[in-house]
Amino acid sequence: MSLSLIRTVLLTAFSFCSAARSLSTSVHLQAQGNVSGVMLTCEKWKMPIPFSQYNSKSKKTLAKPGVKNIVLVDGVRTPFLQSGTTYADLMPHDLARAALQGLLNRTGLPKDAVDYIVYGTVIQEVKTSNVAREAALGAGFSDKTPAHTVTMACISSNQAMTTAVGLIAAGQCDAVVAGGVEFMSDVPIRHSRKMRKTMLSLNKAKTLGARLSLLGSIRLAHLSPELPAVAEFSTAETMGHSADRLAAAFGVSRLEQDEFALRSHTLAKKAQDGGMLSDVISFKVPGRDIVSKDNGIRPATMEQLAKLKPAFIKPHGTVTAANSSFLTDGASAVLIMSEEKALAMGYKPKAYLRDFVYVSQDPKDQLLLGPTYATPKVLEKSGLTLNDIDVFEFHEAFAGQIMANLKAMESDWFAQTYMGRKTKVGAPPMEKFNTWGGSLSLGHPFAATGCRLVTTVAHRLQKEGGQYGLVAACAAGGQGHAMVIEAYPQ
Amino acid sequence: MASVRLLVTRSGCTALKAITGHGQRSLSVSSAVLARTHVSYEVKDNVAVVRINDPTSKVNTLGRHMQAELVEVINEIWGNSAVKSAVLISSKPGSFIAGADLNMFQACKTAEEVSYLLQAGQKMFEQIEKSPIPFVAAINGSCLGGGLEFAIACQYRIATKSKKTILGTPEVMLGLLPGAGGTQRLPKMVGLPAAFDMMLTGRNIKADKAKKMGLVHQLVEPLGPGLKSAEERTIEYLEEVAVDFAKGLADKKVTVEKKKGLMQKVQDFVMGLPPVRKQIYKTVHNKVMKQSKGLYPAPLKIIECVQTGIEKGNAAGYLSESENFGKLAMTSVSRALIGLFYGQVACKKNHFGQPEREVKKLAVLGAGLMGAGIAQVTIDKGVATILKDTTEEGLARGQQQVYKGLNDKTKKKSLTTFERDRIMSLLSGQLDYRGFENADMVIEAVFEDLSIKHKVVKEVEAVIPPHCIFATNTSALPIKDIAAASKRPEKLIGMHYFSPVDKMQLLEIITTSKTSKDTTASAVAVGLKQGKVIIVVGDGPGFYTTRCLAPMLAEAVRALQEGVGPKKLDSLTTGFGFPVGAATLADEVGIDVAAHVAEDLGKAFGTRFGGGNIEVLKMMVQKGFKGRKSGKGCYVYGAKSKEKKVNSGAEDILKSFKLTAPPAVSADEDIQYRLVSRFVNEAVLCLQEGILPDPVQGDIGAVFGLGFPPCLGGNKICKVNFHNPPFSHISGPFRFVDSYGADKLVQKMKHFEEAYGNQFTPCQLLLDHAKDSSKRFHK
Repeated sequence: MSLSLIRTVLLTAFSFCSAARSLSTSVHLQAQGNVSGVMLTCEKWKMPIPFSQYNSKSKKTLAKPGVKNIVLVDGVRTPFLQSGTTYADLMPHDLARAALQGLLNRTGLPKDAVDYIVYGTVIQEVKTSNVAREAALGAGFSDKTPAHTVTMACISSNQAMTTAVGLIAAGQCDAVVAGGVEFMSDVPIRHSRKMRKTMLSLNKAKTLGARLSLLGSIRLAHLSPELPAVAEFSTAETMGHSADRLAAAFGVSRLEQDEFALRSHTLAKKAQDGGMLSDVISFKVPGRDIVSKDNGIRPATMEQLAKLKPAFIKPHGTVTAANSSFLTDGASAVLIMSEEKALAMGYKPKAYLRDFVYVSQDPKDQLLLGPTYATPKVLEKSGLTLNDIDVFEFHEAFAGQIMANLKAMESDWFAQTYMGRKTKVGAPPMEKFNTWGGSLSLGHPFAATGCRLVTTVAHRLQKEGGQYGLVAACAAGGQGHAMVIEAYPQ
Repeated sequence: MASVRLLVTRSGCTALKAITGHGQRSLSVSSAVLARTHVSYEVKDNVAVVRINDPTSKVNTLGRHMQAELVEVINEIWGNSAVKSAVLISSKPGSFIAGADLNMFQACKTAEEVSYLLQAGQKMFEQIEKSPIPFVAAINGSCLGGGLEFAIACQYRIATKSKKTILGTPEVMLGLLPGAGGTQRLPKMVGLPAAFDMMLTGRNIKADKAKKMGLVHQLVEPLGPGLKSAEERTIEYLEEVAVDFAKGLADKKVTVEKKKGLMQKVQDFVMGLPPVRKQIYKTVHNKVMKQSKGLYPAPLKIIECVQTGIEKGNAAGYLSESENFGKLAMTSVSRALIGLFYGQVACKKNHFGQPEREVKKLAVLGAGLMGAGIAQVTIDKGVATILKDTTEEGLARGQQQVYKGLNDKTKKKSLTTFERDRIMSLLSGQLDYRGFENADMVIEAVFEDLSIKHKVVKEVEAVIPPHCIFATNTSALPIKDIAAASKRPEKLIGMHYFSPVDKMQLLEIITTSKTSKDTTASAVAVGLKQGKVIIVVGDGPGFYTTRCLAPMLAEAVRALQEGVGPKKLDSLTTGFGFPVGAATLADEVGIDVAAHVAEDLGKAFGTRFGGGNIEVLKMMVQKGFKGRKSGKGCYVYGAKSKEKKVNSGAEDILKSFKLTAPPAVSADEDIQYRLVSRFVNEAVLCLQEGILPDPVQGDIGAVFGLGFPPCLGGNKICKVNFHNPPFSHISGPFRFVDSYGADKLVQKMKHFEEAYGNQFTPCQLLLDHAKDSSKRFHK
């Protein structure tokens, strides 16, 4: 119970994509029938279609004249663990280090062959504010390789990857490592502003009298700490709260959300058991055992999910701990190269990274609709339609958020009224959508999720024989991202 | 006036109320299904969803028709055994029920007739309160007066947290009281102190505050757009949530009673002690007497009704409520306040049509108190504004004023820091004329000096585009004199704002004979956007408001010279119904401004504007006693002390200009009428001369322009605070003449004339009204 209490505290303390859950047990996916979704029924949520159905070889390549081909050589991640578990005593750069070292091991990359490192993080540890540099040094990269840190909420590592793409496309680099880390087991909790001010003035106070008078000015209230990012800064609304309103705005029921959450866990469990999650590396945690599996995957029953009380809007809300992503520790890393360089170094790339977009919209009422805005835009750029896409990997912040996005994408009215488009883009078919689980079940270390999505698309394209994949994600601040990925010819 | 409805405006001085009893129909109307237009219902899962929507208005009001249909529908629901609970909801986005059709009461001839109407309403709500099935009121938008009384008769209340959702009992502002059970149910629901606060101030309560007070049980977050518009979906969602709660209530899964905290229990215990209650009645009564000077009967009646209900039981309480409401509805105070309300509604419309171009970019010249205030009320409505000054120091002060004005709102939580920042981003502070080539309107608020104004007109006209309107904010200089320097006088207009601009509701727009109609339409449109109540008057020295105020202040100075101390003068004026005494008023306006105006208008109008010696004011200015802004005027303004001290320096000056008070016209009442009659006579003269287009605008201008925010006072338990501007119990000079009697006033003035001369000569129009008592300014 005490653990769940702590989770509840954290749940309300962090705005990003949080929720915790204390459920376990059996696998059970049942069609519940009569779900009043726009287009989704549980029937459609059944397992992925066999890859023999794809016939992708006939599709054209997305290479553009005059634009460099940029490839994903490989990608890895540490196991994603619920915060406060095995990683609890580490620091963020330790986790990042593990991912970077894992990438080096996996690819056999010479440590001095990397031109640049870009790394994402959201909640910053103040001691390692350029966590990219600290982690790179610790992971044994050459001290001649520069590194910088980027932040863009839940799409921070997407930003790291596209920064890498930009550096290569501009001809400034040939091999870049990108990634992201999030460490929610420890976060900077600050003194109150008044206390900080007193403490800073104390440094400057010259006489004993001045110091004593400053100390005397401290009041009990000054001692209460400041928790990080309780809410979206611009609107002061927590993300879970916003997600609940979004779900309500699109008429997403509690049942639909619970079913989607259950689907995510069920598929993740299946992927984990079936050895699909090959991007996960083993990590010997100092002072603890070797960790080699995500620990947040817990398929439950619908009855168990139905028992949970709403976590944000009480008592009538629909977003619960179980249909939200939970606070997670984890890190990821990818190796991105120009195609020539990769081939010259003898690599067999996994995928081409093609067009990408960033979008932003109203941070109050459309906070988590990034995928809806980004998807049609990036498809248009690539000259594709939704039907051309074989593999979809969307970031699952909340089941309600995913369902709302799917409904928005399926609505002509929304496309016309809010996006200035003539028609809807359409919702991805569920048999191609997040079929190896998603952030709800695998976990969501904010700045590490982007690389997981891209690597998963590459792996799924290979496994399923598809040609095009689409990554889309929402982020705090009302922003969003999407990227088209093309399978590398096998 | 047959279909005047109570409109809810943003400003707060809003809707009215009172449930209209509907005597003729009994509650047992059969289900003869006539086509209903205002109320409909459907049954969902054993929950009857009752939707109200008045097709003839933007807001729902409890009129005869609405109520008749409601009674029918409710009886049908009670007769349907499948219905286990009910939800009451409005289909209108911004209005639950905003009050009642006031004409209902105005049409009544006697107090008994009004009381009878109310008793029927009380009975209907009592039946809902005792309904065999639970009722859930689902509130989105204004829930005021009778609407609130309806809601609190229901078993459960759910409100959206929308900014448009406001709950309140504004009856007191119309000289009435909550007459359909409000005085009986509210104290039980929110406790005695909070109930008094609501009913005596008439303030609007936002949803989250209402939840804290126990006025509503649940809040629903407003939604953004989904597969429907945000507004439409929010109402639908509110209904879904309300239906769930209604089911829960029927199944006994939801309980109405909230667990009481320790503090609540302690408070309940304390309130259970008769001596404590007695003390509260007494304290509130004294507070009301102190603030209202006994001029407003409604607050006292509210206390009486509450007291009767609690001490003598419900039956006596309801009786007291309906009888007192009936009596109040017949008072001239209530009629005057209602008239004022209609006047205000009329002054919130643009009678000059749609302007050719919308003002999208505004420039304000001069970052002083006025300029910065104008900029603030413009940017917070989303209009990009340039604030230009000539010195960096002046500009910085102005920008800080705007920032502070907005930041204070974030402290009160009516604005988020993010909204504040977005609003501030619309303000461009600068020292040059950059960007003026794109301005649609320029409002100058530079120093009140004709040659400076001329210089500014020429400078600005050199840089603005041809369509741009030039508005001048002056309190006394004739607009045509300023326009003399203009190449395009048809685009020039006067916009006289009142300080502090963000608090004072009035805007006086002054047109010259050359001002084009489109220019006027555009100025009115901008003023309305800024949230102002607008009067449009003709040009002349002092226009309307300043011109009326000047003789009254001259008389005040004379009274001071005659040895009436500032404190005595203040108490005489507040005793007449002004929220701020004449001496304090002079300090607030600024002694220098008063001197300036007195001199200018004295030149223009001659001895009629005499009275006090203008040298008194000039001497005070010389000594630095410029009023509140300089820390000293008639009073000394200390940093902390609450008790104002009379400035002994000013007293010395007054002594050196001492006059002998003629005993025949120096009784307290004489002094009051000397002040008021000069104001009123000048106002009537403005109408006679055509400066004022009609008496309605004259009353509105006097009430909303010449008041200052009333002093807030009192402890938390009974913060009684009247928002009534000056003259409001008589609702302006013209209503005053109508109710007091022109003949009586002329008689008094003639008496004063004998002592003082032509300052008290009644104008022709006033004489006409005195001769013929059938002549009235208002019907």
